[in-house]
Amino acid sequence: MPSTPLIAYDRVGKSFAGGSSVQRVIAVDDVSLEVAEGEFLTVVGGSGSGKTTLLRLANRLIDADFGRITVEGEDVAATDPVRLRRRIGYVFQSGGLFPHISVAANIGITPKLLGWPPPEISARVNELLELVRLDRREHRDRLPQELSGGQRQRVGVARALAAKPRIVLMDEPFGALDPLTRDALGDDYRALHKKLGLTTVMITHDMTEALLLADRIAVMRAGKLLALGTAAELSNSDDPYVLELLRTPRRQAERLNALLPGHGAA
Amino acid sequence: MSMFSDPRWGEALGHLPDYLGNHVRVSVAALALGLLVSLPLAILARNRPVMRTTLLGLASIVQTVPGLALLALFYPLLLALASLTLAWFGFGFSAFGFLPAVLALALYSMLPVLRNTITGLDGIDPAILEAAQGVGMTPRQSLFTVELPLALPVIMAGIRTAAVWVIGTATLSTPIGQTSLGNYIFAGLQTQNWVFVLFGCLAAAVLALAVDQLLALIENGIRNRRVWRAGLGGIGIAALIAATLVPSVARAPSSYIVGAKTFAEQYVLSALIAQRLRAAGLSASSREGLGSNVIFDALASGDIDVYVDYSGTLWLNQFHHSDIKPREELISELKTTLAKQGITLFGELGFENAYALVMPRQRAEALGIRSIADLAAHAATLSIAGDYEFFSRPEWASLQKAYGLSFRAQRQMQPDFMYAAVASGEVDVIAGYTSDGLIAKYDLVVLDDPSHAIPPYDAVLLLAPKRAGDGALQAALKPLLGKIDITTMREANLRAGGGDAAASPDAVARWLWQKIDKP
Repeated sequence: MPSTPLIAYDRVGKSFAGGSSVQRVIAVDDVSLEVAEGEFLTVVGGSGSGKTTLLRLANRLIDADFGRITVEGEDVAATDPVRLRRRIGYVFQSGGLFPHISVAANIGITPKLLGWPPPEISARVNELLELVRLDRREHRDRLPQELSGGQRQRVGVARALAAKPRIVLMDEPFGALDPLTRDALGDDYRALHKKLGLTTVMITHDMTEALLLADRIAVMRAGKLLALGTAAELSNSDDPYVLELLRTPRRQAERLNALLPGHGAA
Repeated sequence: MSMFSDPRWGEALGHLPDYLGNHVRVSVAALALGLLVSLPLAILARNRPVMRTTLLGLASIVQTVPGLALLALFYPLLLALASLTLAWFGFGFSAFGFLPAVLALALYSMLPVLRNTITGLDGIDPAILEAAQGVGMTPRQSLFTVELPLALPVIMAGIRTAAVWVIGTATLSTPIGQTSLGNYIFAGLQTQNWVFVLFGCLAAAVLALAVDQLLALIENGIRNRRVWRAGLGGIGIAALIAATLVPSVARAPSSYIVGAKTFAEQYVLSALIAQRLRAAGLSASSREGLGSNVIFDALASGDIDVYVDYSGTLWLNQFHHSDIKPREELISELKTTLAKQGITLFGELGFENAYALVMPRQRAEALGIRSIADLAAHAATLSIAGDYEFFSRPEWASLQKAYGLSFRAQRQMQPDFMYAAVASGEVDVIAGYTSDGLIAKYDLVVLDDPSHAIPPYDAVLLLAPKRAGDGALQAALKPLLGKIDITTMREANLRAGGGDAAASPDAVARWLWQKIDKP
């Protein structure tokens, strides 16, 4: 693992007012976690495990109750949240594209907020369309609703990368896509991550995706960080929940190997 | 086809630049003011539940106040405010016409704009708001570049509703002195000029539709990112405003404004006064259809220059006297009281428009009734009808006291129908108006009032304080004094209710002048 952590959570806690009950719901419970520069970390866990909250604490879409979070060595609590968000890429679950402006305007939004000159933004948009493998002429001036789900998510990735961030946070970015598209997008993003030297934290509920893309996987349950490590490290875990999570991809891999002989094992 | 060859269409068309221009100006100003207030309020209130509920509640309450009442309420309110600013800061303003109309209509326009702006902003997908935050927008950037553009279709729908309401309700600003397309409707209803009524309604409807469609074009253009459509709509609205501004800017303002209340006799007399002023080389225009509560204050504050009122009305309603005095004494006392406010009671026209008990001539003769005193003996077997206010007016109390009147039954009726009702025997006696032309038409007789229970209602010319020493004006009006007797006025009123081309106030006024202009 590389040395300096780019994102560090130090005993972080966050709770919300409960919907119906008087008690507060604890979303993140005393979590410490370091993400190294250049690392691809996936966070897995069931719904309500606190994984989305954990992600949002990093760019202050949510503020922590306890503990300390540093990004690029700076305490986020002491950083202006708007400036912080402009230097961290964020890919939203359903794309989160602005429906009233074109693909190009969506991609160029953060550079525009940062005050880049328009020709520079335009050149950057073209560069990014190429990077996420969208045809420039065909897609540049379209509205988001005219695109397919996969294309929209590619635009979402391009928008997150527009202002050349070092860190990209992804909230179940490919969850709503069909398996083929999801696979292609995952691979493409992984390549970008490597090519651009990004540090990525991606949330997913799909263990297979988590294992295939990540350098390390963090497993969350009921607000706690249950396990953290590479795929191999996780497979040595003695936690029943972690083993349960690993059982599905393992069984699938075995069955697929049996069903598709002759293509060589993984 | 013959319907459209009616010359009154031409006359109506002649008024259009003035009425339409004023209508557009007051509507646009009200709508602009309404938007200027409601849009920021809605944006402020959307995340503040208490403020939001309060605002929407207040706007709904305003909406339940009938338009006419809301407009009428603003007049005394502003009048009081104007006298306050005059006392405290040394300047006053005109509480007449434009200002109260704009304020009342702006208030009226607020509900749809507030409601739709709040609803539109509320309806935005929370994921989009989060994305706006996530890409690094400040709350202000999120509001202006994401939330407002996305809520715009709903907001525009609210603005369109408000525009149609304001344009429709602006027709009711005529009684508080704001010229509008309502002038056609008020004048038409009072003088049975259905061409005017129809013309006014059509013009207001066409204007409302046109503005609505232009706003729809803007909305559609913004929604579908078609700049030329939004631009076309904007140009359309701007052209409409410019077109209605140009003629009024180009036209010289008239120096004398003649007021008229809301009934036919007043329309005829104000037309007559305006004609006499023009004949004397003065420029004059009429401000018609003014509510009786508004017209006196409008004269006192100089918003109009001259109008005809009735001595009894001033005595009872304006100065709240409860005693009734003989004619000469009442007039001279009124003169003194009015002079204290600087108003000149220039003189009497020669006829009276008083309440009077009226019955068919044949019936009265058969029963041997000549006066109210004779009537009192038969009253127990007879029925009486009056207009909506008569039985709660001091005249009725005074009549009952003076003659011990007690009728078998009493009914309230629309004034237009009373005369026909008494002529056909449906009721036996009515409380009519002495100058009404229908008295002669149905061969009715006005019963004498030997005890002078009903105060005299002499038609008198009142001049605004600033015209007190205006020799030219007074010379032009002098020939009217004492010249219009009750028979002539009744015939003029009958003609004005004729419902044909010869019944326009101008035509009747010309006839009236020919009749009285004899050495």
